[in-house]
Amino acid sequence: MEFPDSLKYTREHEWARMKGSQVVIGITAFAQDQLGDVVFVELPDVGDTVKKGESFGVVESTKAVSELFAPISGKVVEVNGPLADAPETINEDPYEEGWMIVVEPADPKELDALMDASAYRAFVEEQ
Amino acid sequence: MSQRTPLFDVHVRAGARMVEFAGWEMPVQYAGLLEEHETVRTRVGLFDVSHMGEVVFRGPRALEALNRLFTNDLSKIADGQAQYGCLCRETGGIVDDVVVYRRAADDLLVCVNAGNRQKDFEWLAGHAGGADVRNESDAWAQLALQGPLAAQLLQRLTPLDLSPIRSYRFGHGVVAGVPCLVARTGYTGEDGFELFCGPDAASRLWDALVEAGKPEGIQPCGLGARDSLRLEMGYRLYGSDMDDARTPLEAGLGWVVKLDKGEFIGRDALLRQKEQGLARKLVGFVLTEAGIARHGYPVVQDGRKIGEVTSGTRSPSLKTSIGLAYVPPALAAEGSTFAVEIRGRPAAAKVVKTPFYTRK
Repeated sequence: MEFPDSLKYTREHEWARMKGSQVVIGITAFAQDQLGDVVFVELPDVGDTVKKGESFGVVESTKAVSELFAPISGKVVEVNGPLADAPETINEDPYEEGWMIVVEPADPKELDALMDASAYRAFVEEQ
Repeated sequence: MSQRTPLFDVHVRAGARMVEFAGWEMPVQYAGLLEEHETVRTRVGLFDVSHMGEVVFRGPRALEALNRLFTNDLSKIADGQAQYGCLCRETGGIVDDVVVYRRAADDLLVCVNAGNRQKDFEWLAGHAGGADVRNESDAWAQLALQGPLAAQLLQRLTPLDLSPIRSYRFGHGVVAGVPCLVARTGYTGEDGFELFCGPDAASRLWDALVEAGKPEGIQPCGLGARDSLRLEMGYRLYGSDMDDARTPLEAGLGWVVKLDKGEFIGRDALLRQKEQGLARKLVGFVLTEAGIARHGYPVVQDGRKIGEVTSGTRSPSLKTSIGLAYVPPALAAEGSTFAVEIRGRPAAAKVVKTPFYTRK
């Protein structure tokens, strides 16, 4: 399973990637594999604020409902609209086309507390 | 400690994802629910349903005794036919929903739900009415071969002529060298068969079907697809859509309740309920707003809880959100509207006729 080195990871299986001063957020290959076929996603609106460790949305697969937890606090500046009609994109391409939101972080240093790829891989192997 | 079917090793070797279901370790998916679902609707899928139980009624009193425990009417079917119905308590509450295979008037096989094996056997044996009642659940494995291409595939593997075995009929024959009860029944809404065989032969039969089914594009399937397929048909699931506290009339199963056939356990209560009217009714609905309804979500109207969702999913075939819910009778008619509360927010729903999906 692929866990790109350029990303940071949470224990709840979200990833975060710096893009300029902003942070792109999605769920990992492990998360989508555990969920199975994703059929519905509920995301915040542009302008909403998200708080590190708190729920910012919901992803539903054919077999489970799963909350999404923000890896970082900040203001939502972009939402992946096409996911509403094509939630399976999250299964097919979790790190690129399957991104969920972009956040303008309140404190970019919050990312430092997250796991890097090798730590996350070790974490997943324990699951 | 959960139980395993004779096919447990086959599933694990094939890389299926295993889950606990009704006390059993079962495959929830092989290739992915959506792909498996689609394969059953268009080609052929293979399910391990060995967790289902089998209770057998034998002896000269068998038919009469079982008919007194069963809401449908076993005197109306011939040997070699199967019938769906409920076992009810005196209160009318559903002990289980079952399929009875009438091998002969003195030999009937009751196929019961996995989670109810012991409860059903105790109930049936406790009201045996002079019949010889045995729990043969461990003596049977069960494979469900379901989909429009099931018959052509199965026919290649057996000398038994399948053409006279129409829906809800069965015969006995050898399939790929394995003696089976071959029944044209299922829980998917597609044409297909359920094969009952000895547990030791189950993996041989499974492997033979998978191998021979390659030209048809056969796909092993898990419980996930089994659930989405049954729900598209509006088939009720025991434990979710009905239980000991709900009657077949409330569950929308009045068509398998034969109140005029004579005495059976639960009949008085059901007659009374029919006269007095139902307090709630199970209906099919679709969401007309975004979201997916799930088991246990409240049905609300004007901010008040008036019912509950018992099953819900996104229909892979229809691409809409479908479900079953108990609602007051005033809201049970087709076209009635209410809301399903999804994570604190109401989503609009509309009552529709079931099955949700019609076979093409």
